[in-house]
Amino acid sequence: MTDGNPILEVRNLQVNRGGVSVLNIPHLDVFEGKVLSLIGPNGAGKSTLLLALSRLLKSFRGDIFFKGRKISSNHSILSYRRNISMVFQEPLLFDTTVFENVASGLKIRGMKKDETKSAVEEYLERFGIHHLVNRSARKLSGGEAQRTSLARAFAIKPEIIFLDEPFSSLDPPTRESLIEDLDRILRETGTTAIMATHDQMEALRLSDQIAVMNLGEIAQIGPPEQIMNYPEDEFVASFVGMETIFAGRVTKTHEGSFVVSISGRDIEALGIVTTGDTVVCFIRPENVVLSKHPSEEMSSARNVFPGTIVRITSMGLFHKVQLDCGFPLFAYVTHQSLENLSLDEGGDVFASFKATAVHVIRKEKK
Amino acid sequence: MDIIIEGIKQAFILLFTFDPEVLGITWLSLEVSGTATLISLMIGVSVGTAIALTRFPGKRFVISLINTGMGLPPVVVGLFVTIFLWRNGPLGFLEILYTPTAIIIAQAVIATPIVMGISLAAIQNLPANLRLQILALGATRLQMVWILVKEARLPLLAAIMAGFGGVISEVGASIMVGGNIKGYTRVLTTATVMETSKGNFDIAMALSIILLLLAFAINAALTQIQQRERPR
Amino acid sequence: MMRRFKNFGIFLGVMLVFAFVVSGTSVEAATPQQKNIIMATTTSTQDSGLLDVLLPLFERKTGYFVKTIAVGSGQAMTMGQKGEADVLLVHSPAAEKKFVAEGYGINRRLVMHNDFIIVGPKSDTAGIKGAKSSGEAFKRIAVSNAVFMSRGDNSGTNSKEKEIWKTAGINPEGQKWYQQTGLGMGQTLSVAAEKKTYTLADRGTYLALKKNLGLDILVEGDPILLNIYHVIEVNPVKWPKVNAAGAKAFADFMVSGQTQKIIKRFGVDKFGSPLFFPDAGKKDEMLGK
Repeated sequence: MTDGNPILEVRNLQVNRGGVSVLNIPHLDVFEGKVLSLIGPNGAGKSTLLLALSRLLKSFRGDIFFKGRKISSNHSILSYRRNISMVFQEPLLFDTTVFENVASGLKIRGMKKDETKSAVEEYLERFGIHHLVNRSARKLSGGEAQRTSLARAFAIKPEIIFLDEPFSSLDPPTRESLIEDLDRILRETGTTAIMATHDQMEALRLSDQIAVMNLGEIAQIGPPEQIMNYPEDEFVASFVGMETIFAGRVTKTHEGSFVVSISGRDIEALGIVTTGDTVVCFIRPENVVLSKHPSEEMSSARNVFPGTIVRITSMGLFHKVQLDCGFPLFAYVTHQSLENLSLDEGGDVFASFKATAVHVIRKEKK
Repeated sequence: MDIIIEGIKQAFILLFTFDPEVLGITWLSLEVSGTATLISLMIGVSVGTAIALTRFPGKRFVISLINTGMGLPPVVVGLFVTIFLWRNGPLGFLEILYTPTAIIIAQAVIATPIVMGISLAAIQNLPANLRLQILALGATRLQMVWILVKEARLPLLAAIMAGFGGVISEVGASIMVGGNIKGYTRVLTTATVMETSKGNFDIAMALSIILLLLAFAINAALTQIQQRERPR
Repeated sequence: MMRRFKNFGIFLGVMLVFAFVVSGTSVEAATPQQKNIIMATTTSTQDSGLLDVLLPLFERKTGYFVKTIAVGSGQAMTMGQKGEADVLLVHSPAAEKKFVAEGYGINRRLVMHNDFIIVGPKSDTAGIKGAKSSGEAFKRIAVSNAVFMSRGDNSGTNSKEKEIWKTAGINPEGQKWYQQTGLGMGQTLSVAAEKKTYTLADRGTYLALKKNLGLDILVEGDPILLNIYHVIEVNPVKWPKVNAAGAKAFADFMVSGQTQKIIKRFGVDKFGSPLFFPDAGKKDEMLGK
């Protein structure tokens, strides 16, 4: 699977504010049709990077190349901006109807009223807000407003779409449905997307690449599994290394359950997949049970693996235990259990989890 | 009380018999204050928006100057404008003292800070990222400013009403720079003062009522527009 | 950021010019500047309504446009001193003489006079009716502590009033019975009527408001009560910018026979007696005889 050509290339990007360096990116490539997520703590520079990449930020040093051409003069900046779109955490809708809002990007480009109609309606449909076409923007719920904002951004058919924590102010069910729709539309349209988020699940769900940022720099960038399972330094590790995530090939399927193979280990899981698919899976640490010997209780769990304790970290009320079972596995244990099992770093344990504990995040067809 | 009733009677008589002098005064008031408001609108909105959107050293100081200007006593403005427009003053060569133009200038000076201050606040009150969002939709700088102004149209209409209200009702500057010349620079407010000083309270009252009706009519129309703009 | 300012600067400039041109053409009467005469006079002169009759005649005859600026006597004289008026029509002889002596005015010519009257409530508690002179009347008012309403605004009327107090040898300032309105003649009369006090008024304004006042004329005819109007052209040597030709034309008009006749008749139909007495050509000392 080859990556296309980079649609966006960044070289030596530096942003200073009040004498302090807030962004320092020596090198970054974004590939066409792919989704890049930026994650990191507050103040890491995610929003700044988005603003710089979208050329909404004016003062920075360094170069940005769009499709191989440097964006520098006023003219090229404007024409670049007309090829991209941005969605913010707040919907930032205009005080008019949903239709007018979605059409605004097109009107800015000089499209006449009747021409905008079909483009607007297409995206109203895609985002499921067609029934709101004449509603005033003031009378929309949070989810409806953000859908409108997204429809507005997509209606102009951007080559790249930038998203700055677009779902953070939404409640979980709304967020869920929007993420699904966005995922689908991104794949259907093949739009390149760069998204900043502090929700790792979102990042895992949507991204082809994740960049972990800290203090204005990219600490690590790579596919989700790589970031999650092979953090390169302390910071990334402590930021992401909480859950088990792996990618493997489906070797067997049987009526709603399947076996995924990773590093020679077979893991049973539930889900509708096809043999030969590559799936990215995720196991919540609290669903992993540890014991010194494989016991009766464990027999009901389908997945039992021996492993070595790599590290034990105290998380306050519980401990996080990182295991190596041939694949990385994380478990939470209470202080009590830690004592009872006399777990030590370097020691051996058995880890078990039910098939239901394995969640499929994504599947890729062969 | 009878003065008020007398006044109302007089007002109707003057209006319905289309007394030419009163009609002339009323029309002039409208023209002069309307033009001044228009000027203050153009300057006030454009400069107010520019200041709101631009970062520059001393911005806060400038804003406090504008806010002070909102409360400029009209009489003080009248005095300054008179001194400038005097024959022997710096702008004396224009020879516009004691003309309707002079009143328009003075009233524009009074109204502009009002419109500017409110416009500034209105734009500053828009969501901080709205500007970026508009640019992200591919707008040129000019398009962005136009869209922001449209977004702030409710308070901006209020600004117009405030500016107009401030000048249609002022008398200090109008008398000083206009001279209250019959049929030329006599407006409703200056005529009212003159009739009062003559002791013709009923006529003064009538003119006052006409002024109130005029102000109400204009503001009602503008309010209608302002409130109509609110989508369902 | 600065670029934005420049754009707005240009936009602003265009708007300003546009607005100025629009306002100039639509509202301004299209008269060439030499046709304008700025005539400073007093509020009481304007309030009498005489000018509303005379000025249209003058304007029709000569094509000049007279801008009547009615202010207090003091301000009218100051405007003349500063060259901001072309011609004055005022009635403060002492100040006028100084004005001419100092070189600010030329061709001071007598136009007309009216007179002041002392009015008060019918009850006349101070008993001034029948007093031999106005000074005598004022003395009686002071002695009886009856309230006197003064204009207190340095107008011509106010100056006359102060002159009378001087002849009576009394300084009314600060006395409890001496009240000052700071207002015009008409308003002051209304206040005096309301509070039933004595006051000094010009006959013209009194007659115009007589119906609604309820104040009676108690003392009149004393020579000191004469209110004498002169027309003075502002000296063009001192102030070259004044419309000297226009000023002269106006002054000539005011003393012309035809105008004087109109002045003689003014007010008769409305009030039964004339408001002004034409005096052009007479010598000052001849007045009142």
